[in-house]
Amino acid sequence: MNLYEHISLNKRKSILLITFFFIIIGFLGYAFGLYLGDAFIGLGFAIIFSTIMTLISFYSGDKLILGMSSAVLADRKKYPHLVNTVEGLAIAAGIPTPKIYVINDSAINAFATGRDPKHASVTVTTGAIQRLKRDELEGVIAHELAHVRNYDIRMMMFVVVLVGIIALLSDFFLRSMIYGRGGRRDMKGSGIIGIIIMLIGLVLAILAPLIAQLIKLAVNRQREFLADSDGALLSRNPDGLANALKKIKNDKEPLVEAANKATAHLFIENPLRNFKSRVNNLFSTHPDITERIKRLESL
Amino acid sequence: MVLIANVILWSIVGILALIVLYIVITFNSMIMLRNRVDNAWSQIDVQLKRRYDLIPNLVNTVKGYMKHERGTLTEITKMRSSLISGSMSQKSKASDAISNVLKTIFAVAENYPKLEASENFKMLQEELSGTESKIAFSRQFYNDNIMVLNNKIQQFPSNIIANMLSFKEREFFQTAEGEKKPVKVEF
Repeated sequence: MNLYEHISLNKRKSILLITFFFIIIGFLGYAFGLYLGDAFIGLGFAIIFSTIMTLISFYSGDKLILGMSSAVLADRKKYPHLVNTVEGLAIAAGIPTPKIYVINDSAINAFATGRDPKHASVTVTTGAIQRLKRDELEGVIAHELAHVRNYDIRMMMFVVVLVGIIALLSDFFLRSMIYGRGGRRDMKGSGIIGIIIMLIGLVLAILAPLIAQLIKLAVNRQREFLADSDGALLSRNPDGLANALKKIKNDKEPLVEAANKATAHLFIENPLRNFKSRVNNLFSTHPDITERIKRLESL
Repeated sequence: MVLIANVILWSIVGILALIVLYIVITFNSMIMLRNRVDNAWSQIDVQLKRRYDLIPNLVNTVKGYMKHERGTLTEITKMRSSLISGSMSQKSKASDAISNVLKTIFAVAENYPKLEASENFKMLQEELSGTESKIAFSRQFYNDNIMVLNNKIQQFPSNIIANMLSFKEREFFQTAEGEKKPVKVEF
C-alpha cells in the first residue's frame, strides 16, 4: 500500500468512525426523546446539536486548542532553525508549510492540529527547541508532519468532539432518569417495544461514553505508532525521534503546564504523565514510550 | 431464450463498462502522478535558486574577515551560476560541489571569532544549511513520487494501460552522497 492509498484509507476510516459515533448519538437522542415524550424531537436535537458542534470544531477547533495551550506564532528571526526544519520536512512530505507555534515551557513536547494539510499548524515547546539536537528536533517535527499529512489531525478533532458529545448526552439522559419525575407515563410507543428501546437506551447511556472513550484512546495510540514510522520515513532517520523520546523519557519534568486533559492526546508524548506511575493500559492516550523507542530502533 | 440472451448481453455490456472505467481511472491517476513528479522536480529548482541567492550575501559577509581565503570565495562565486543553468544533473553536481566548498568556508570561519560572533553570519549559516537540507528533502520527495509512478507503470494490470498509452518510467535522482542526508554544518 503506498502512501496516497494509505491516506485515503485513513479518510475512509474517519468517515466510518464518525458515522458510528453519529449512530450512537442518534440512538441516545432517540431514546432520550422517547423518554421525554417525542422520540423524533430527541433524535433531531441530538443530530443537529452534534452536527453544529462538529462543524464548529472543524473550522475553529485548532484556534481553540492553540489558545488553550497559550501557543504563540514562531518568529522566523527568533527561531530560524525551527522554521527551516519545518519548511524542509514539509517539502519532503509534499504538504504546504504549516503555521508554526511555540509554547513557552521547559518540557520537551510538540503537537499538530488543524483540519487538513492546508489548514494545519505545528506547535513546539521552547524546551524542545533548546534541549533537542538538530536531528532529534527533526524527528519530532517529522512525526508531527506525518500526523498532518495522514489527516490524523482532522480525525482526532472529530473524535474528541463526538466523544465529548456522547458523554454529554449520556449524562443528560441518566440525570433526567435519576432526578426526573419518574419518567412520563404518556410516552409514545410505550408498549413492549418502547420499553425495550428504553432499556437499550439506558444501557447505551451507561456504556456509550466508556466505549467511545476507549475507541478514542485506541485510535490515538494506533495513530501515534503510525506517525512514528511515517515520520522516520520522512526524515530518513528513525534514531532522531528515538533519541528525542529517550530524552523525554528521562526528563525529570515532562509535564507541560499549559496542557490539560482535553489536549493531552495531541502531544507527541503524554504531557500529563507522571513517569513514576508507569501504568500503560486501555486508558492511556499514548502507547508505552519504551515500546515506541524499541519499534523505532528496529526500523 | 430471450431472457438468457438478454442476461448474456447485459453482462458483456457491464464487463465492458467496468473495463472502460478502469482504464479511465488508471489513466487519470497516472496523469496525476506524472504531474506530481513534475511538481516535485520544480521544488528542487526553487531550492537551488534560493541557494544561488544566498551565496553572494555570504561572500559579502565573510570577505572582510577572510583575507587568505580569497581564492575559495572567488571559486564559489563562479560555481554559483551553474546552480541555475544547465541540465538538472549538472545543476545538482554543482550543488554538491558547492556544499563541499561551503563546508570548508564554515570550518575556516572558526578561526575568525569576530566573524563567527556576527549575527549576520550566524543567520546566513543557518539559512544555508537550512537550504541544504531543503535541497535534500526536495530530492527525496521527488524520488518518492518517482517510485509511486514507476510502480504504477510496472505493476499488473496497470502496466498494460501504461504501455498502451505510452507512459514512460522516470529515473531516480542520484547524488554523490546518496539520498540520506546532506553534509551537516555543525560546530
